[in-house]
Amino acid sequence: MCSHCRARDARRACVAAFCATIALAACQREQRDLDPHVEPLAGQATPLSGLNPGEDRPAPIRSSNGAGFEKNAYAISEGQRLFAWFNCSGCHGNGGGGIGPALMDDVWRYGGSIEQIHASIAQGRPNGMPTFRDKIPDAEIWQLAAYVRALSGNVPKAAAPSRGETISVTPPLTRVPEQPPKPADSVSPER
Amino acid sequence: MRPAPWIAVVALPLAGCAGVQSALDPAGDEAATIGDIWHLMLGVCGFMFALTMLFLAWAIVRGRRAREADAEARHEPALSLALHGWIALVVAGLAVLAIASFLVDRRLLAPATDVLRVRVTGMQWWWRVEYPSDDPGRTLVTANELHLPVDRTSEIELRTEDVIHSLWIPNLAGKLDLVPGRVNTLRVTPRRIGGFRGQCAEFCGLDHAWMALDVRVESADAFEAWRQRHLAPAKPPLSAGEREGAQLFVQKPCVMCHAIRGSDAAASTGPDLTHFASRATLGAGARPLTREALAMWLADPNRIKPGVHMPAVPMTAAERDRLVDYLMSLE
Repeated sequence: MCSHCRARDARRACVAAFCATIALAACQREQRDLDPHVEPLAGQATPLSGLNPGEDRPAPIRSSNGAGFEKNAYAISEGQRLFAWFNCSGCHGNGGGGIGPALMDDVWRYGGSIEQIHASIAQGRPNGMPTFRDKIPDAEIWQLAAYVRALSGNVPKAAAPSRGETISVTPPLTRVPEQPPKPADSVSPER
Repeated sequence: MRPAPWIAVVALPLAGCAGVQSALDPAGDEAATIGDIWHLMLGVCGFMFALTMLFLAWAIVRGRRAREADAEARHEPALSLALHGWIALVVAGLAVLAIASFLVDRRLLAPATDVLRVRVTGMQWWWRVEYPSDDPGRTLVTANELHLPVDRTSEIELRTEDVIHSLWIPNLAGKLDLVPGRVNTLRVTPRRIGGFRGQCAEFCGLDHAWMALDVRVESADAFEAWRQRHLAPAKPPLSAGEREGAQLFVQKPCVMCHAIRGSDAAASTGPDLTHFASRATLGAGARPLTREALAMWLADPNRIKPGVHMPAVPMTAAERDRLVDYLMSLE
């Protein structure tokens, strides 16, 4: 073999090794945060009534916690477990609704952002939704909210839990089509 | 004659054969049966191993000599005899092992009469232990401790509510899996009074290694006394601190997962705490149960058992003290 070819082969091997090393970075999916630190939510996350003076509805507040939980696979799968543990299905029936409203569609009476869902769980809502503020630690409410949001497909595919540990009547979240929440104005809260 | 120091060094690993979690120190019929076949296998395989090594050494020595001597056309009747003997030995050894394991299997699965029914449910990462009764009000529920009467066969129903676990109490029986959607039955007949350690033997998630079961084998009378004591509802809080702790327990998120019979707490996703203070360990064997360990656990369970499903519940140090007062009074 000529020395020129040998040098070329060595260069190719180096490039291949370099590319393989870069691919290793993809192995790091996410770090499990076993003890997530959350800031308490300040203010009202969602307007509770469709009635308000003037033209402008108060803008829903955003929280620094929300984004982290929304995209975190561990948080969403923990939310899935808690959804069963705290018997959310007792009223919301695996997300399909029953005594309480369905959670897997695009209709959100009290807003579909994770902050608004967190507020609905923490504060409770009229006609039967209890307040869980003092009964579920805040980080776990955020995990629940992330899962509830994921029920209507509002979840990055890579973060969606594929299926629960038990037999389920609903398709796995990876197969739920995305249904972005409708703008608050198009749905009357009194519906 | 003084024993040479090397004997002590060689014998040191043998210390691992005894203890509260050892299949080589059987304390029950099933473990003894498995121990017998274990020793038989060790004997047969050890003998064959020694023989193989002996022949190998011989072959090496012979090979050196053969290179020097003229190896041409040497007929050795002794060698061919040894070869035939070897084949016979392998067949006989395997036959002995196959028949022995068949007989042991039959013995382990033989039907038993007058059994004590126990139900063990594997959870991530603890054990729910129930003693069912025909009267539903007298079904005893506890967690992470398994009390068994000596000299009586107990039939343990194994279930799981999440993933596959495996129950292994080496001193009493072999391991058996807990599989979602089915019920497996493990039979144990303890013959020696004492405390043993059970452990999950099938990887079941982050805290698999922290999933231990405290097993107590007691005399029939002691077992019955334990059962009667634990069927009773929890002791009502007496001191002011305990009363405050009891109130905190039902106000705080504790009540969402745990049950204390005799109080308003009746959830079943976490361990039943009715007679919590009578247990030896905390968090399925994560720590011996003491006031200090419990206070640390309540402050942040993740620090003691990383990944545990119990969250840190926000409360003041004073509130935590009252809660510890109450929980440690639940004997």
